[in-house]
Amino acid sequence: MRAAVITFPGSNCDRDLAVGLEMADAEVTRVWHKDSTLPDGIDLVGIPGGFSYGDYLRCGAIAANSPICKAVKAHAEKGGYVFGVCNGFQVLTETRLLPGALMRNAGLKYICRTVGLEVGENRSDFMQGYSAGQVIQVPIAHHDGNYTATTEELDRLEGEGRVAFRYNDNPNGSDRNIAGITSENGRVLGMMPHPERAMEDAHGSSDGARLFAGLIGAMATA
Amino acid sequence: MKARVHVMLKNGVLDPQGEAVRHALGALGFDDVNGVRQGKVIELDLADGTTEVQINEMCEKLLANTVIESYTVELG
Repeated sequence: MRAAVITFPGSNCDRDLAVGLEMADAEVTRVWHKDSTLPDGIDLVGIPGGFSYGDYLRCGAIAANSPICKAVKAHAEKGGYVFGVCNGFQVLTETRLLPGALMRNAGLKYICRTVGLEVGENRSDFMQGYSAGQVIQVPIAHHDGNYTATTEELDRLEGEGRVAFRYNDNPNGSDRNIAGITSENGRVLGMMPHPERAMEDAHGSSDGARLFAGLIGAMATA
Repeated sequence: MKARVHVMLKNGVLDPQGEAVRHALGALGFDDVNGVRQGKVIELDLADGTTEVQINEMCEKLLANTVIESYTVELG
């Protein structure tokens, strides 16, 4: 399985995401935001957390219009896998690969702590390491993680089994406690929590490692 | 030529920052403030002849996220 992890100016979880994928035996290439093509034969694109372009204008807005994001959109439209964490989720909503938007946290504060997430009724390849209803511990670290979408869009996400994770104790005001969602074809996952920061017991939780292992296992048999 | 783009959260989208400003005004004794909505103003310095259609395209593609925001363009 070959993965590309993109680095924007201001990305700060790109290395962590690359290491997380490597721990699950992916072969990872790092890609710079000014590149306009992805390396050949890429199965999965990782869009990392951080503060791309200093969060200017809106979080993720400028990254979503960078040269590499055109290639990422084309990759997703061909059915390729894309995984956005934190700022990566914001980028994915800005590109419209995922619906809705991430607004300022309802409490207006940056929040950095480990939270309980309930695994949704989502059977995409990203979720193969988990079972629905299971609660996992994963850190969040964001100022703009308040997931917002129209009632129709939220109903649709729930009806189609596209909610990947929900907060147990909603920290940021997200609609319907949503922490992560997948695209219609299940190949694009965006989530605010950081599974790549929960890879081994020394991190306080290794629950994130199962996402990487489950995904890459599912991709290998697909 | 110049254009001024006003970007506001759409009606119905909760604005936590505006709410915080409203509370702060209340704490200063301004009791008559029923609501505050916070947006942004973007000034564009444009080549002469730039059309309103082009400016709207800039808004749609980058300056506003039309999932949650609306915009108005003021020319001149």
